[in-house]
Amino acid sequence: MTGNGGDAIVVSGIRKSYGDLTAVDGVSFTVAEGEFFGILGPNGAGKTTTLEMVEGLREPDAGSVTLLGQNPWPRKVDLLPRIGVQLQASAFFDKLTAREQLETFSSLYGSGTRNIDEMLEVVGLADKADTREDKLSGGQRQRLSIACALAHDPDIVFLDEPTAALDPQARRNLWDVLREIRSRGKTIVYTTHYLDEAEVLCDRVAIMDHGTILAMDTPAALVRGLDAPTHIMLEHGALRLDEVRGFAGVDDATDDGTTLTISTRKPAPVLGALAERGTLDGLQVRTATLEDVFLELTGREYRA
Amino acid sequence: MSAFKSLSVAGAKAFVRDKAALFFILLFPLMFLVIFGLLFRDSGTDKIKLAVVGDSPVAQALRQIPAVETQSFDNADAAIEKVKSGDLPGAVIVNGTDVQLRFAASDQTKAGIVNGLVSSVVDKANIAATGQPPRFSLRQSQVEDSSLNAIQYLTPGILSWAVASAGVFGTAMTFVQWRKKQVLRRLWLAPVSPTSVLLSRVGVTLGIAVVQAVVFVGIASLPMFGLRLAGTWWLAIPVFLLGALAFFTIGMLIGSFAKTEEASTAAAQIVVLPMAFLSGTFFPIDRAPGWLQTVSQIFPLRHMNDGMQDFLVRGKGIEALLLPGGILLGFTLVVGFIAAKVFRWEGN
Repeated sequence: MTGNGGDAIVVSGIRKSYGDLTAVDGVSFTVAEGEFFGILGPNGAGKTTTLEMVEGLREPDAGSVTLLGQNPWPRKVDLLPRIGVQLQASAFFDKLTAREQLETFSSLYGSGTRNIDEMLEVVGLADKADTREDKLSGGQRQRLSIACALAHDPDIVFLDEPTAALDPQARRNLWDVLREIRSRGKTIVYTTHYLDEAEVLCDRVAIMDHGTILAMDTPAALVRGLDAPTHIMLEHGALRLDEVRGFAGVDDATDDGTTLTISTRKPAPVLGALAERGTLDGLQVRTATLEDVFLELTGREYRA
Repeated sequence: MSAFKSLSVAGAKAFVRDKAALFFILLFPLMFLVIFGLLFRDSGTDKIKLAVVGDSPVAQALRQIPAVETQSFDNADAAIEKVKSGDLPGAVIVNGTDVQLRFAASDQTKAGIVNGLVSSVVDKANIAATGQPPRFSLRQSQVEDSSLNAIQYLTPGILSWAVASAGVFGTAMTFVQWRKKQVLRRLWLAPVSPTSVLLSRVGVTLGIAVVQAVVFVGIASLPMFGLRLAGTWWLAIPVFLLGALAFFTIGMLIGSFAKTEEASTAAAQIVVLPMAFLSGTFFPIDRAPGWLQTVSQIFPLRHMNDGMQDFLVRGKGIEALLLPGGILLGFTLVVGFIAAKVFRWEGN
C-alpha cells in the first residue's frame, strides 16, 4: 500500500476536552505516505492527545480522522496490523528479555519471528537481545519500544516523544534509527518537544501550542518565512563597529565586549568583505531556527 | 490463538522469573503448612499423666496403658503436691492392697478420665484376684472416624488459601501494572481480542494453581507430615479449578478499580485475609459461633475448602461435588460478568 503517493492520514478539525480543559482545539493536517511528519510543541500543547485520536485510542469530540482510508474509531481490528505504535511510557511485559518482548509483540500480530534479529539490528540492540527489559538503559528501552512498534512491519509508525528524557548521545543514536525507518518507506508521525531535532529529522512539522497548530510546513520553509536575519559572530575587537556597519548588506552590528555580532539578510557579501580583511578566524554563522519561529509565533521563548 | 499462547508464555516466564512472587505464592503458604503440620502433628494424642507412688500389680497395669504416662514418686506428699500445683491431674498412691487416688478437681473432664482409668484398673485387678473368668467380655476395635488429624485438615485449607491469594493478588497486580505501564493500551492497539488477553491470564492463574497443588500435596505426603489422600481425591480437581477461577474474577474486579499497585495489594489483602480465617483455613470453622458459620457461607473460599476436604481427605462421593461446585461456578459467572463490565483498558 505504500508508495502510491496518497494520503496516509487526513485529520480535519478534531477537538478533545477533558472537563474544562480543552486539550485539542480544532486541529487539521494531512500526512502523505512515506512522509516523516513531526508534531512539536512544549509539554501540555496537546501533541499526545492529538496522536491518540489519530491512532484510534480516543474518540474526538468533534472533527474527523481518516487513517489509511478508514475512521480508526471505534477500534478497527483490520486496521491495527497496518499501524505501529510506540507509547509515551515504555509498555513492556514484565521480566522478558529484549528478544522475548519482540517475539511476544510480533506474535500478537501473527507475524513470524524471522525479522526480529533484523529489528534488533536496526535499533542497535543486537548485543542486548538477551538482556531483560528492566536492565536496559533509558535510551535502549526507547529503542526497544520502537522496535516493538515495527516488529509486524506496519505502514504507518506513530512515535510519541521517543527522544524524551534521553541524554544527547542516546538522542543522536535514535535519530539514526528514525532515519533508517524512514528509508524503509514507512510513514512516520512523531511528537517531540525538541525543536532542533524536528528541524533535522522531519519532512514537515506542525508547531502546536495550547491545543492548536500555529504553523505547519517544512522546517526550512518555516524558518525562511520568518525573514529573520542571519547572525555572524566574530571575536570582540576583530573589526571596528563603524567599519563593519559600512559593509554592503549589514543591517546592524553590536559588540558586547565578548562577541562582535553582525546581523544580515544577505550573508554572502558580508562574508566576502570579512574574507578580504582576513578576519574569518573563529567566525560563527547562526541562522534562524525553529526556536525563532516559535518565539515569533507565540511571542515567548520556547521552553521544552 | 497465537496471541493467547504468546501472552500465556510471557506470563509464565514473568512468574518463574519473579523471585518475590515465587516466595509469596509457593514458599510462604508452604511455611504455614510445614509449621502448623509439625506443631499439631501429635495434637489430640496428649497422654494422661499420673503420679504413681508405690509398686503393685495396679501400678504396673497403669504403666502399661498406652494412653497413660506415669511418673513415679517416692512419697505420697510429693505426688499430691504435684496435683495441688496443677502439674498433674492425679496421683495414685498404692500401699499393698490399698489404692488411693487423689485428683485435681479443677478440670472435670480430666478428673473423670483419671477416675475411670484408675477404677477400671483396680476392677480388673480385683477380678483377676478372684481367679474367676469374667462373665462379660468386651471386644475392642478401632474405627477410622471423620475427624481429621492436623495435616489432613491443613493441606486442603492452606492449598485453597494459597490458590486464593495467588489468584486475587497476582491477577489484580498484573492488570494494574499493565494499565499503568500502558501494556493494556498497547494490546488494545494490536489486533487481538480482549477475550484472548483475559484467557491468557486465566491460563497463567490456573497453571500457577496447579503448580501449588502439586508442590503442597507432594510435600504434605512426605512421611514426616503423613498426608494420605482419600480414594476420591480426583474429584477435588473440578472444585480446585473452579475455585481458582472464582479468585481470578475477584482479582480482575480489584484490578479494574485499583489505580496503583499499593491499592490493589491492600484491597486484595482485605478480601483474602478475613475470608481465609472465616473459611476454616487454619482452624475448623465449626468451633466458631453459629452466626459466624452462616456468614462464612458467602465466601467462595469456604466452599472451596469444604469441597477440597471432602474429596482430598474425607473420600466423599461425586454427589458431594454439587454444592461446592455449583456455588463456585455461580460465583465465577456472576463476579466474572461484573468484572468484565467494569474492566477498563485505559488509565483515565
